[in-house]
Amino acid sequence: MRTALLPEFSVVRDENRCIQCRVCERQCSFDVYSYDAGNNLMVHREENCVACQRCSVLCPTNALVIKMNDYTYRPNANWTRESISDLKKQAETGGVLLTGMGCDKPLKNYWDHILLNASQVTNPSIDPLREPMELRTRLGRKADHLEIRNGNLEVPDYPYVDLSTPIMFGAMSYGAISYNCFKSLAQAAHEVGTMFNTGEGGWPRELRKFGTNTIVQCASGRFGLDLEYFNDAAMVEIKIGQGAKPGIGGHLPGEKVSAHISQTRMIPMGSDAISPAPHHDIYSIEDLQMLVHALKEATDYRKPVSVKISAVHNAPAIASGMVRAGADIIVIDGVRGGTGAAPKILRDNVGLPIELALAAVDTRLREEGIRNWASLVCSGGIRNSSDIFKAIALGADAVYIGTAALMALGCTVCQKCYTGKCAWGITTQDPYLSKRVNPEIGTQALVNLLRAWSLEIKEMLGCAGINSIESVRGNRLQLRGIGLEDWELGVLGIRGAGQ
Amino acid sequence: MNPVVITVKTKEPATFAEKLKKKVAYSPAKWHQIDAAGVHYKDLNRKIRAMAEKGARKFEIRNVFGQRYIGTNLWGIEREKIKIRIHGTPGSDLGALLDGPAIDVFGNVQDATGNTMNGGKIIIHGSAGDVLGYSMRGGEIYVRGNVGYRVGIHMKEYEAKVPTIVIGGTVQDFFGEYMAGGRIIVLNKFFEDNPPQRLSYFIGTGMHGGTIYIRGEVEINQVGAEVGMTEPADDEWKIIERYVHRYCKAFGFESRQAKLLKREKFIKLYAKSSRPYGMLYAY
Ligand code: SF4
Ligand code: SF4
Repeated sequence: MRTALLPEFSVVRDENRCIQCRVCERQCSFDVYSYDAGNNLMVHREENCVACQRCSVLCPTNALVIKMNDYTYRPNANWTRESISDLKKQAETGGVLLTGMGCDKPLKNYWDHILLNASQVTNPSIDPLREPMELRTRLGRKADHLEIRNGNLEVPDYPYVDLSTPIMFGAMSYGAISYNCFKSLAQAAHEVGTMFNTGEGGWPRELRKFGTNTIVQCASGRFGLDLEYFNDAAMVEIKIGQGAKPGIGGHLPGEKVSAHISQTRMIPMGSDAISPAPHHDIYSIEDLQMLVHALKEATDYRKPVSVKISAVHNAPAIASGMVRAGADIIVIDGVRGGTGAAPKILRDNVGLPIELALAAVDTRLREEGIRNWASLVCSGGIRNSSDIFKAIALGADAVYIGTAALMALGCTVCQKCYTGKCAWGITTQDPYLSKRVNPEIGTQALVNLLRAWSLEIKEMLGCAGINSIESVRGNRLQLRGIGLEDWELGVLGIRGAGQ
Repeated sequence: MNPVVITVKTKEPATFAEKLKKKVAYSPAKWHQIDAAGVHYKDLNRKIRAMAEKGARKFEIRNVFGQRYIGTNLWGIEREKIKIRIHGTPGSDLGALLDGPAIDVFGNVQDATGNTMNGGKIIIHGSAGDVLGYSMRGGEIYVRGNVGYRVGIHMKEYEAKVPTIVIGGTVQDFFGEYMAGGRIIVLNKFFEDNPPQRLSYFIGTGMHGGTIYIRGEVEINQVGAEVGMTEPADDEWKIIERYVHRYCKAFGFESRQAKLLKREKFIKLYAKSSRPYGMLYAY
């Protein structure tokens, strides 16, 4: 059937520059280009273009520009181009629209409405180039009180993990991302001294040497889990929800279940890997408590157990239940959190901005006097080091980055991850495409990113006249809001600029 | 004033290999008796583990009353040789993540028995609660009596590892949902001399692998849309026979096994497709 959709992007080729080398044809995994030998010309099917920019970056003569298509429907504030296209696509297929990456709607971004403080005159700022700055972060339950016995300070024996910087790589499974990306994340976490998260796609044996930098996930699909899996890792995470698709599970389509993935997940090749929406053994906080403690038993109480939920309306009450159920770390994933595949309608409409959810959860746990029982990890929509600094001042202990890490590996957020054809070799299992990420170069890019952000966080600490990230944690006096209503300032627990 | 010495205990647990080198204090051949009356599950399980690290392989635990996670922490030890007999009613998550040990329960069990179990055997001489064998990936579970709701959800298999559950009595709703592999055999009260009962509803919703064999009839309105129904083929009868034999041996029904296998009608439920949701999306 001929589609009634307008192409989204235009391919503009400068014929004077093009040397017909056919690089664009080989690089494009969405079949935009072909070579017309008779006329010695490159031809395009621009309706296939997703604007991933692989071709324009690799074209040796800079002959290609990919831009928004000029074709337009009559402009209409209600019937936007996107809503018309989506509707037509569904009329043509009858299916649920899938998409990748996080919500791209212009929801208010609260990070951009928060400003930081700096020291002037009355307390000196600190120069991070000559003073030590501490970013070390410890995740896990903290003591209610300290005891001194016989002159010794006794610290209760709660399990924890130590991070050299409060930035971790969030859960992305081998299956959702390519092996080379997965390996890059593991190696980079090891090199920097932070954590990467296996997601729920199992954990290949040869990467277990990075165990001290690995968080393993137990999600509703329970793929690839065994006692070694838990005990080889530094921390165990129970995944209840994900910001991009709160309340639903996931399907790794059968065509992505290759031989190695089948072995890692321990399911037959070509079979759909279905993670049901709920864990069918968790229908209440008491059930969650049962699983938390099952995992603690399985690891002899030596590993902290975290629980991840998406940011939803009553997240503070749920978080309180999670902490009381024994979670040592709770992770809240906001509406802008990424995904390899999610129904578009859920990605764009379900959940809360992480800034509000994070502040509300931290406030609630403090009010209940149980904030020290668990560390708090903020996830979903972190774009730069100031987002991290603000998150920590709103109450987070550390953050997870996902989309940002993939961008370091080449991703351009074209949102086509669900097709399995990622031209940057990231969210694909195609051996030809996945070679595009070199794990050594990928590792270096990730290490660079964390180094740069850590240096910037030290700069911001110095500005504030603080020499340890610990003193920023939940220190909302460092923040002022701008362009926010009273209720928003109230939820964030910060004052307005100038107040 | 004396300076305060700060000693922060760091966690450097001895590796299991090192622990194993410790003197063998318990005979592996002997049944070691443990009284669980009033003991918290954490202490009970740690005790079993500590004894196993020092050589014990067989445990007879009496007065069990709601203690959870028995068998969950037994790894890194010769776990295939471990045998546990439980007298009383163990708590939920009995044998969660179990991988190797064999557990006999002389009584009923609560919920989530064999949760995400990977290998080993659980024999229950009474009945079982809900969520038995959730996400089970290996090993065998035999239940003499009935089981509750949500049993066998999301069982899976990989190559030679095919988890199997045999249930003597009846099952409740949501049985075998999302099943991706493994086998469940339901004898439907044969050994209680009952005619087959009409079983639950919502059987096998979302099933995309594995097989369920049920003695008696199953109506089309009892199963999910993804489930196919037929009668077991000859080679499948061999599988049924093998596991029914083990069931009969566990509970002392050997003399009547032949009768069951010869006369009774079984329905086989299977997944129509390994890709039940392939057509749901627009690309
Ligand atoms: S990569 Fe550039 S130069 Fe090569 S064929 Fe494509 S447009 Fe022409
Ligand atoms: S991972 Fe690949 S497919 Fe997904 S948004 Fe990034 S570039 Fe596009």
